[in-house]
Amino acid sequence: MIDYLDEPCLQKPLSQTLEQKASSLIDIRGLNKWYGQFHVLRDIDLQIHKGEKVVICGPSGSGKSTLIRCINCLEEHQQGSIVVDGTRLTNDLDNIETIRREVGMVFQQFNLFPHLTILENCTLAPIWVRKQAKKEAEKVAMEYLERVQIPDQAHKYPGQLSGGQQQRVAIARSLCMNPEVMLFDEPTSALDPEMIKEVLDVMIELAREGMTMLCVTHEMGFARTVADRVIFMDEGQIIEQAPPAEFFDNPRSERTRQFLGQVLNH
Amino acid sequence: MSERVSRTTFYKRLSRLWRNGDSRPLLMQALVVLVVLLLVVWVINNTMNNLEHRGISTGFDFLSQEAGFGIIQTLVEYDESHSYGRTFTVGVLNTLLVSSLGIAFATVLGFLVGIARLSANWLLARAASVFIETFRNIPLLLQIFFWYFAVLAALPHPRRSLAFGDMIFLNLRGLYLPQPVIEQGLMPVLASVVVAIVTALVVRATIRQHRLRTGQGTIAMPWLLLGVLVGMPALVWHFSGATLSVELPQLRGFNFRGGITIIPELGALLLALTIYTAAFIAEVVRAGIESVPKGQKEAAAALGLKPGKVMTLVVIPQAMKVIIPPLTNQYLNLAKNSSLATAIGYPDLVSVFAGTTLNQTGQAVEVIAMTMAVYLTISLSVSLLMNIYNRRVALIER
Repeated sequence: MIDYLDEPCLQKPLSQTLEQKASSLIDIRGLNKWYGQFHVLRDIDLQIHKGEKVVICGPSGSGKSTLIRCINCLEEHQQGSIVVDGTRLTNDLDNIETIRREVGMVFQQFNLFPHLTILENCTLAPIWVRKQAKKEAEKVAMEYLERVQIPDQAHKYPGQLSGGQQQRVAIARSLCMNPEVMLFDEPTSALDPEMIKEVLDVMIELAREGMTMLCVTHEMGFARTVADRVIFMDEGQIIEQAPPAEFFDNPRSERTRQFLGQVLNH
Repeated sequence: MSERVSRTTFYKRLSRLWRNGDSRPLLMQALVVLVVLLLVVWVINNTMNNLEHRGISTGFDFLSQEAGFGIIQTLVEYDESHSYGRTFTVGVLNTLLVSSLGIAFATVLGFLVGIARLSANWLLARAASVFIETFRNIPLLLQIFFWYFAVLAALPHPRRSLAFGDMIFLNLRGLYLPQPVIEQGLMPVLASVVVAIVTALVVRATIRQHRLRTGQGTIAMPWLLLGVLVGMPALVWHFSGATLSVELPQLRGFNFRGGITIIPELGALLLALTIYTAAFIAEVVRAGIESVPKGQKEAAAALGLKPGKVMTLVVIPQAMKVIIPPLTNQYLNLAKNSSLATAIGYPDLVSVFAGTTLNQTGQAVEVIAMTMAVYLTISLSVSLLMNIYNRRVALIER
């Protein structure tokens, strides 16, 4: 496991005031979802404030990916409400598009568009969704590609890049839309061990700049370093949420202790 | 003694050549070429002998002889007094006409049905799959008979034609359309059409450049282009005083005269080829779209692209590399299946040339060879074009 405890961004703003709570960026209340008979998400209540970094962990099948995929409506929910930056997610297609413009997402399998160059991957949505000028969109894209440290790959195709590079492009592609919040769905799970660090470094940098982030990940070192709050999910429920120090050192529920025992001690 | 020694060394050398990884493939290929050449020589020799034996003259002289039979649909001027060579041209053009129209219609219909088959709309998806399963599982010849004998033959007689506004008539003898005839001032109007097309392309490129530069102004584009395309020729027409008359089909005696006629043979063949091939193309398109990983659609949607844009910018471009090779097969099948025209008497190449001409002249070898050469040329041209297109959409990896 990679340890980031020496990173300076450990001094994170733990002071969540009531005033911030009133204006949460993502507000999920009473969320329920079923796949047929299977109850994947049970009564989820979750508020994320602007600038907050939240890590969701839990065993596989616990519904953590499903939860963040509900936020940008890649999955439909059956009960409860999701409000993102004041827009309530309904089956109104315009609302869904408004929310997707504000919410960036990074996938486990990168999902870069293989028929487009790296630069075209990054400018596709700014040009077609934000109606930006091509030149302008390319300029912005190059800035983000520089930030994820692969500007020299801009004219290659995704198939020509390594997994770590592809995931960094995927992050840059989302950032080009200038989103309010970034969702990460197990961004390092499909990567070779030596490429995990380069992606986590980019995510830490992003966190330091104040981006609101919601990450599903098994990287506990990352959670400890970057997160303001760690959420543990099991069987579709939020079992426990706490700041990382408290979460890792004094887990309250037996189930959390068991899980942490499995992921930390090896 | 010395001869024996040299012979054994020869065999040794040969076996060494045979075991050598560089020379064995060459030896094998040389052997294959030799066998093929021998076969060809034998076939030609045998044919010539038989023809001579039966007193059949060979050569292509018959092409200049008078054909002496009429053809019900000709794209070029033709009557009984024209030569067999002209018959050949008429047949080739008729085959090309039905094939190219069939390919165009089948592609459009096939893509629509294929996309509909994957629609979230239950009724639409069911309707598409019923269409596919029905038409790809009934023999094509039967479908041609169905359209020709069951559907088009049930249309009324000319005197009781179905009329659409006294301009378009549909009856058992065919579909009659008005034909525009420009009587004078033809050139300026035609020229203005060309100028309008060029202007529209320039306008389109300029707007697109402008949009890429500034991100502004896309909505008015289709209307603007339509305005240029229709408006310019219309203005030139108005001011140049060109007159255009429309030749309407008129009922004379037992049938209509004038206008454009689409004979029922063409209609039936085109319908059957289009629908039959579209059913296969629909499945090809569905397979192509389904081959694109779900994550691609999700990533595009997560970026805020609308469903239509997800399809045209992300899914279809990736599906094309899977669609094109089997789509080429369907095009080739359609072109070759058009020879079933002969069953209902549509005057395609097989019907007028490999049929009537062959019967009248007896020049079987020449006629069949020419007919085969035509289909081969059509098929190879289609393949070539599709291969070029395929290379353009291929993904670059590594």
